[in-house]
Amino acid sequence: MTQRHAGDWRPGASLETLQARARVLQGLRAFFEERGVLEVETPLLGASFGTDPSIEPLVSAFTGPGYPDSKRLFLQSSPEFFMKRLLAAGSGPIYQVCKAFRNGEAGKRHNPEFTLLEWYRPGFNANQLMDELAALVREVLGQPDLPVERLSYRSLFMQHLGLDPLEADALTLQAYARDHNLLGAEGLDLDRDGWLDLLMTSFIEPELGRDGLTFVVDYPASQASLARISARDPRVAHRFELYWKGLELANGFEELVDAEEQSERFEQENCRRFSAGQRPMPIDDALLSAMEHGLPPCSGVALGLDRLLMCQLGLDDIEEVVAFSLARL
Amino acid sequence: MATYNTNEFRGGLKLMLDGDPCVIIENEFVKPGKGQAFSRVKLRNLMTGRVLEKTFRSGESVEAADVMDRTLSYLYSDGEFWHFMDNESYEQYQADANAMGEATNWVKEQDSCLVTLWNGSPIAVEAPNFVVLEITETDPGLKGDTSGGGGKPATLETGAVVRVPLFVQTGEKIKVDTRTGQYVSRAKDE
Repeated sequence: MTQRHAGDWRPGASLETLQARARVLQGLRAFFEERGVLEVETPLLGASFGTDPSIEPLVSAFTGPGYPDSKRLFLQSSPEFFMKRLLAAGSGPIYQVCKAFRNGEAGKRHNPEFTLLEWYRPGFNANQLMDELAALVREVLGQPDLPVERLSYRSLFMQHLGLDPLEADALTLQAYARDHNLLGAEGLDLDRDGWLDLLMTSFIEPELGRDGLTFVVDYPASQASLARISARDPRVAHRFELYWKGLELANGFEELVDAEEQSERFEQENCRRFSAGQRPMPIDDALLSAMEHGLPPCSGVALGLDRLLMCQLGLDDIEEVVAFSLARL
Repeated sequence: MATYNTNEFRGGLKLMLDGDPCVIIENEFVKPGKGQAFSRVKLRNLMTGRVLEKTFRSGESVEAADVMDRTLSYLYSDGEFWHFMDNESYEQYQADANAMGEATNWVKEQDSCLVTLWNGSPIAVEAPNFVVLEITETDPGLKGDTSGGGGKPATLETGAVVRVPLFVQTGEKIKVDTRTGQYVSRAKDE
């Protein structure tokens, strides 16, 4: 992230880049229209927020009719909960292009405000949704021959590090980091998933998607987030990520539809937040009610459009694909 | 003890790592969409000059290094130490050969140098980019040769040896670029 020079009012993205962005938006709308997926809009400000300890909210407040003492509102980090309420209400397949917000994230690959394409497919399993995501990227970017591969999280750790990420404990993972000259590893205080994240981002991520689209599938159940746990192997979840040119582009789930399990995961994550000194988040009761009513079995995915543009145009700083990044506000 | 949070990291910030002062060259924010955030930092160890990479967990705090750059006047060398003075406070500092590094080749009395102080002691000395020094010894070149091709070695008053064009003679003053150690031009008497 570069610092804005005084008097530099110009956008960080070139006109050509802004045109490429507009073409991507047109292309994806045509893609979904052809497939009968409905475009929807949901609130960017919500009364609750996800409990994921790795995501912190930007907070706002409304004061006015009905709320004389002001109501706390969270800028949403994803439209997921609202879209699931639409699905439970019988929307059928839906997509949305919207801004998403995260506190604490800024760098060459992060801007606190970014653009997501998120969509849900009732009746799809993770494989079908990955097929559709690959088709969308190929069609919208006009690269019909872009290679696509699928590799499991476990096979990547075995291949690159010779470690089994489903079995290795935190000490083993730390020792690997230390023995492979990851300086600072000896002083880091991380849990098992923290070590997996460090090894993934340091040793594996840069290798992913060199020649095309790489799907990483079957994430450890401890990193399931809102995905269903696999019935075949309870150590893994039906979660996938898409990488291209070493950049994490998308995260998808075969969605958890069980309200009770969802409620338990919220509570557990809030406990983890509490013990790590982070404030617990207000739980989205409306989502849980919707799930009790019945969320159809479905898969959903969120694709970062800013990063997709970076890949398409060969740019390595998010500042170059958005008109005005944090440093230019 | 002053500390810096990873959110304060930026190029030029000075930190203590394993007992040595280091300066940040580059700071990269790394975070999987659903995972732990890290700062991946490239630093230069100011004692050894070596470049290293280190990973911090976001939000971690690191001890600040009490390091500052000051412009000081070079006074003299006693053989073991090189003595400098702050022209405003008249405070004196002594740098050892390690801190002087290449600068011993170029500095002479009254030169202004950029000196890096750690806990009040010099750990690095940067000579001015250009210095004017007198040639104390060089082979007499052929008269009338002005081509400058080839050149010859010349010993300077500081003891440094640089290549100069054949027409430059003993007793003349020349301008040298201390960053490359190369002859720039003859110097007019200043």
